[in-house]
Amino acid sequence: MTNSVITGIVATFDRDNIDTDQIIPTEYLKSIKKFGFGDFLFDGWRYLDEGRLDMTSEDRSKNYDFILNRKPFTNAEILLARDNFGCGSSREHAVWALRDFGFKAVIASSFGDIFYNNCFKNSVLPIKLSKEKINHLFEVSSSSPANFQIDLIAKDLKFDDNSSYSFDVKDSLLDRIINNLDDVDITLKHKSDIEIFEQKRRNQRPWLFDYSN
Amino acid sequence: MPATLYDKLWDEHLVQTDDNNESLIYIDRHYLHEVTSPQAFEGLRHKQLKPWRLDANVATPDHNVPTDRGDSFNAASIEDEVAKIQVVELDKNCNNFGIHQFDIASNKQGIVHVMGPELGYTLPGMTIVCGDSHTSTHGAFGCLAMGIGTSEVEHVLATQCLKITKLKNMLINFNGHPRRGVTSKDIVLHLIKLIGTAGGTGHAIEFSGSYISSASMESRMTICNMAIEAGAKVGLAGVDKTTLDYVKKHSNLSDSMFSMASEYWKTLKSDPDVNFDQTINIDVSKIKPQVTWGTSPEMTIDFDADIPSQEDINEANHENLLLAKSYMGLDESKTLQDLSFDRIFIGSCTNSRIEDLRDAASALRGKKISKNITEAIVVPGSGMVKAQAEEEGLDKIFLDAGFLWRDPGCSMCLGMNPDQLKPYERCASTSNRNFEGRQGNLGRTHLMSPLMAALTAVNGKITDPS
Repeated sequence: MTNSVITGIVATFDRDNIDTDQIIPTEYLKSIKKFGFGDFLFDGWRYLDEGRLDMTSEDRSKNYDFILNRKPFTNAEILLARDNFGCGSSREHAVWALRDFGFKAVIASSFGDIFYNNCFKNSVLPIKLSKEKINHLFEVSSSSPANFQIDLIAKDLKFDDNSSYSFDVKDSLLDRIINNLDDVDITLKHKSDIEIFEQKRRNQRPWLFDYSN
Repeated sequence: MPATLYDKLWDEHLVQTDDNNESLIYIDRHYLHEVTSPQAFEGLRHKQLKPWRLDANVATPDHNVPTDRGDSFNAASIEDEVAKIQVVELDKNCNNFGIHQFDIASNKQGIVHVMGPELGYTLPGMTIVCGDSHTSTHGAFGCLAMGIGTSEVEHVLATQCLKITKLKNMLINFNGHPRRGVTSKDIVLHLIKLIGTAGGTGHAIEFSGSYISSASMESRMTICNMAIEAGAKVGLAGVDKTTLDYVKKHSNLSDSMFSMASEYWKTLKSDPDVNFDQTINIDVSKIKPQVTWGTSPEMTIDFDADIPSQEDINEANHENLLLAKSYMGLDESKTLQDLSFDRIFIGSCTNSRIEDLRDAASALRGKKISKNITEAIVVPGSGMVKAQAEEEGLDKIFLDAGFLWRDPGCSMCLGMNPDQLKPYERCASTSNRNFEGRQGNLGRTHLMSPLMAALTAVNGKITDPS
């Protein structure tokens, strides 16, 4: 059990439809690495100048109205948003940027399907709650910086001393985060099943294996 | 039990389902490009694995390639050093692992979702994935096609499977004949306006109805392509004669193999009495040409309708509309016709096929672009589209009107190459996303059909296409 509790400062994003282009603009997709995207998270909102892959946050002119440039949110670990967070482009770089900045969980009333899947591959927990609950969490977090505590085993989000919401996530997906599991390793345990399936397919649908490049 | 097309494709490819209701789905075709694959290949090397089945994979660079390449261009010619690394990396990975690639110098290179079907790599009934959300395009062929993340690209390379849970079924019936000037792009934008960008989340959307039956494969691809903008990572349409005619023309299958396959392909449609989790009926004859006004594809209106007013916005719960209006510089504008445009982009995996170019050219014959337009570009979706258009003389029409005629790539759809808007420039674009900064930092994107974009080029403003 390595990652079973997440405790952290909540940064609020009071918007629907925050797309993955906002989470990380296209320019930074030119990297061939899987890490190092934290400085480019929400780049268009976070900085006043245009950035490049070889620049760091230090080099940039910051928009101090933007929440992640204000203390204590510079150390935020939980992101609270509205509906359809992570819609749009399939870029996993969006999750890499959230992870590299330090976010461990994102709470929203709904998520883009591809983004939601990508989260579990990178130890970022997406939590879906009803719009009413999201409204309430915004109220709780609006006046002063809030700290939430998320228990992944109990599937419970504690937002003040006495109050909590339970949330629903598939156990197997949570497992990936808690135990840092890799899907390729898990699937390759079924190697022979895949081989048998493929051979059957080869016989039944030969045209799929006939194509000459 | 009656089944939907999605159910049939799911069952056909199901290797196994575990206790957690997660399934391994066998993948027939995997398209790769330079932007979302490098980390996946790196993962394979790290795990000392090889691709499971080489001939399932096809690669091409499309996202960041320059579109003013001309002749004798290769990866080394790319001026943007960072972009060059990515294209060179794709070359290296394809060579090292033995994956077939149409490289940047190939006359078949193109946007992967345009090139794949044209070269017959997309066949009905396949499962198709790519590290790109517009993979839903291939659903037009009765395929189960979806965009995936880079970890999943690695997973598919290593195991030929995707580990996913089953989606719900949504049916969209498009019935009737569209009005003059209304295209597949207007119809899908109208749908997104209606159900919102989260309307199809968690669903596979099947497109059906008399309009779809009468539509070309190009139009069906445009509609399935933008299923993702309606929140659905899977969009699909049943197989019919139009599908089979296209595949016959584009695939390299022998006659005997084609006729054997056809018998199976003809079964790829939803059963008549099957229940969908949601069904929406739309009369396309009532749809007017659609144009987006804001920063989400759901912020779409009829080309002649009013942009949401301050009053409309005050009624809404969130500041989204206000933020969008401000970003788009619409404070003083009541309708889209009040806006003057700076740039025109005809291209992208949504609208860069031959039918799209013919549509746009039809509005440009003998005309010149407005002097207010600083740059208008046409970026054909692939080498094949480009050659076909040149054979038909469409390039001349575009050039005579004042457009630039470019080489294939994703180009200004996402501004990852030098084709980008400058801050505050307003662009009439045939692409699929009007997100903030999508076409360039602070750029303003209005999505529309190729016909509308061409008319906007001529008039400098949104005008009535009928």
